[in-house]
Amino acid sequence: MANLLQFLIGLIFGLGLLVSGMSNPAKVLNFLDFGAVTAGGWDPSLAFVMAGAVAVTFVGFRIVLARSKPVFAERFQLPTKRELDPRILAGPAIFGIGWGLAGFCPGPAFTALGFGSRASLIFVAAMLFGMWLARYLGQLPQPSGLVAPADPLEG
Amino acid sequence: MNHTLTSFTPLAALVGGALIGLAAVMLMALTGRIAGVSGIAARLLPPYEDNEFGGRLAFVAGLVAAPVLVLIVRGHLPEQSIEAGTPVLLAAGLLVGFGSVWGSGCTSGHGVCGIARLSVRSLVATAAFMATGIVTVFLMRHGS
Repeated sequence: MANLLQFLIGLIFGLGLLVSGMSNPAKVLNFLDFGAVTAGGWDPSLAFVMAGAVAVTFVGFRIVLARSKPVFAERFQLPTKRELDPRILAGPAIFGIGWGLAGFCPGPAFTALGFGSRASLIFVAAMLFGMWLARYLGQLPQPSGLVAPADPLEG
Repeated sequence: MNHTLTSFTPLAALVGGALIGLAAVMLMALTGRIAGVSGIAARLLPPYEDNEFGGRLAFVAGLVAAPVLVLIVRGHLPEQSIEAGTPVLLAAGLLVGFGSVWGSGCTSGHGVCGIARLSVRSLVATAAFMATGIVTVFLMRHGS
């Protein structure tokens, strides 16, 4: 039952990506192309996707988190980490370069798999390897004081 | 180099964004977890720290199934244009996978859920990936 509902949630998430156009890398790249703001061709749609998603999540989380616990778990698992370590800047900076290169972030990449394209398969395979590598390196002993372990509950 | 032009679609963007938010709220209500696609996908790979593999796989299967549902209902797939070739796709995938796990989240975990929780870490993360994404596209399209 829980798994079926999580499939439906993934389906709604994926439909959101499709309806919003975020499953189309060209639309993402045309948003990130600030050089096109004056030259023409800039597509500000992604800002509206984020606005819609954040607004619903902002209100929804307040209603949901007022409950004592989730339906299928003992407690809500929210990120507790507060400090700004080097990884919270370095990780997203690296992620952004890859995002700007191909126009795919993880959600749309999985949704693109459903289109059956070879390109999405190549991207997702490389992405999963990158994820595995980051987890592997993140679990190695780090030089003290340099790198704090990432909060496993975020993202 | 010619790029695929896309039109500004504010209404579809808002409606689609609201669906993404709805999914994030539903996941929190049911499982108590943040709907961060990178976090969910990374935990499909070993090492396994809990027993929620099935739920994560079901969520990702839902993401993959969404275009199939659209194809069945509407008879055609939504617009999608992938300009990158194989070497760029490989490099981009590696950077996206590595960076999203290294920074504890991607566009969904930080950009949507984190900002909705008013998390300073997520705000910093979102500013960082937006900035490098914009610079990368600028160099790719307007450099040299």
